[in-house]
Amino acid sequence: MTDAVIAGAGAGRVAADDQESPGRRALRRLLQRKGAVAGMIVIAGFILLALFAPWIAPYDPIATSWSLVRKPPSQLHWFGTDELGRDVLARVIYGARASLLAGLISVGIAFGVGVPLGLLSGYRGGFIDGLISRITDAMLACPFLILAIALAAFLGPSLSNAMIAIGITATPIFIRLTRGQVMSVKVEDYVEAARAMGNPRWRIALFHILPNIMPALLVQATLSIAAAIIAEAALSFLGLGQQPPTPSWGSMLNSAQRFLSNAPWMALWPGLAIFVVVVSFNLVGDGLRDALDPKSR
Amino acid sequence: MLSFLAKRLVQLIPTLFFVSVLIFSLQQLLPGDPALVMAGEERDPAVIAQIREQYRLDRPLPVQYLYWMKGVLSGDFGESLRIKVPVRELIGQKLPVTIQLASMAIVIAFLIGIPAGIVSAVKKGTAWDYAANLFALWGISTPNFWLGIMLIFLFSIELGWLPASGYVPLSVNWRASLAATIMPAFVLGNAIAGVLMRHTRSAMLQVLESDYVRTARAKGLMERSVILKHAMRNALTPIITLGALELGTLLSGAVLTEQIFSIPGFGKLIVDAVFNRDYAVVQGVVLVTATAYILLNLIADIAYILANPRLRA
Repeated sequence: MTDAVIAGAGAGRVAADDQESPGRRALRRLLQRKGAVAGMIVIAGFILLALFAPWIAPYDPIATSWSLVRKPPSQLHWFGTDELGRDVLARVIYGARASLLAGLISVGIAFGVGVPLGLLSGYRGGFIDGLISRITDAMLACPFLILAIALAAFLGPSLSNAMIAIGITATPIFIRLTRGQVMSVKVEDYVEAARAMGNPRWRIALFHILPNIMPALLVQATLSIAAAIIAEAALSFLGLGQQPPTPSWGSMLNSAQRFLSNAPWMALWPGLAIFVVVVSFNLVGDGLRDALDPKSR
Repeated sequence: MLSFLAKRLVQLIPTLFFVSVLIFSLQQLLPGDPALVMAGEERDPAVIAQIREQYRLDRPLPVQYLYWMKGVLSGDFGESLRIKVPVRELIGQKLPVTIQLASMAIVIAFLIGIPAGIVSAVKKGTAWDYAANLFALWGISTPNFWLGIMLIFLFSIELGWLPASGYVPLSVNWRASLAATIMPAFVLGNAIAGVLMRHTRSAMLQVLESDYVRTARAKGLMERSVILKHAMRNALTPIITLGALELGTLLSGAVLTEQIFSIPGFGKLIVDAVFNRDYAVVQGVVLVTATAYILLNLIADIAYILANPRLRA
């Protein structure tokens, strides 16, 4: 009896699963994953902090005060102050802007360049595929951060150049992933049917193939944002990203390193902020991967 | 096997060619006249003319590339603009330091990541599994430069157990060398341990459900023997080759780790070169790194085939 009830409930769930649209089903599965939900809440919190920083931050992030140099956390300055008497909490809140912007824009560049090239490579094949694949191999052969540092060094130190450098460096991952996905999808019946109906190639690629490979690309984009945030912080740490006095978590860590023995709070908070945001994007990425995986049904 | 090797070697040629074009093209990103940018603060026309002559900047790009490539193929990566030392010599001095650091990091990563992955798979769904997964998430998400700074604060400043910076070669004093490199090696190995743990867990889970493991259990073998002799041996083959592919992560991580711990290795060389606008050094280091990465990929592929009898046939 109990088995029959469980089997019936299971069958009902499968039927309900089949009736839902793929997007709604993925969203429902994503919301069932506690880690992913926690990650989304934290990311939303940091986006709000970045957007409303002027209203939320307790002090001006670049206002210096010689009487407040390297003061430990207190009721007035929850995260303490830095070597120029600036409020660390205000700088962490404003620093979210550089990190989130770098994450989104650099992955936007990588996605915007990598996905069309991957589509072209995977769908056209032949010489173009060979050429794009070899260039992709060459770029992937250069370690991510070393190539980003080299690019940022040659472009010149600034946040926008750091974002371009990270975007270019992350592009081959999207080319390779898109190409691989296109290769497996282009032999499917529905693509054959679209071809038989006389659709032009660009239409098949954009309207029949791209929507079907989007889930894998979305997962990669989410995980790439996490990597891009670490890369921006690394470049800013080295002085190749956001330039002082504008706050960024990476550059805050760079100056904190010099005062580690007498002001460790200067290093604790910006590092913790990077860690929490990166963990959140990784949790959402892992959750999306599970939610979009047909095998997990 | 031989035909596979030949095919992979042939594939290397265009990849290496594009890598060299990519790295050579970096110079073209310099805003304005490259000779002026390379000269930096130096505005002496004689120096600028010498740079233009040295890098053949007045010649067409393909000609510049051919001259650069000719030098690279004969082991001449140019000369450091700042300290007037051949780039090859600089790389030769710094590479052993980074190799020591990277080797220690890989050992640490394997020692943590593989046991954690095995325990996580064997004890799936238990507190052990959750703890191992949390550890992997921590490893993958922690910025290594922050971890390095925090470890210096704890072990050097607060406890005074380990030196905060510096490097002693193994050949001079192995104890001092290990003390100076253990923290940076842990920082580097931490991220890779997280990746290895995830791969080991998924490989072990797959193997534990296979027929031969079920057969081994049905024969009445002890669980320890089933896991260590039957499951682990097969699951770890791809993981060990995967370790070679983590070289890119290691070298990227070394850039920041060496900077934080003031270790005079490959990573510090590239950062110093970037700040000194020593572009020949930047190009040389990136080229050597990329070539090493490509060759290690090849070795990993070959090792994978050698370790897998079905692929060998």
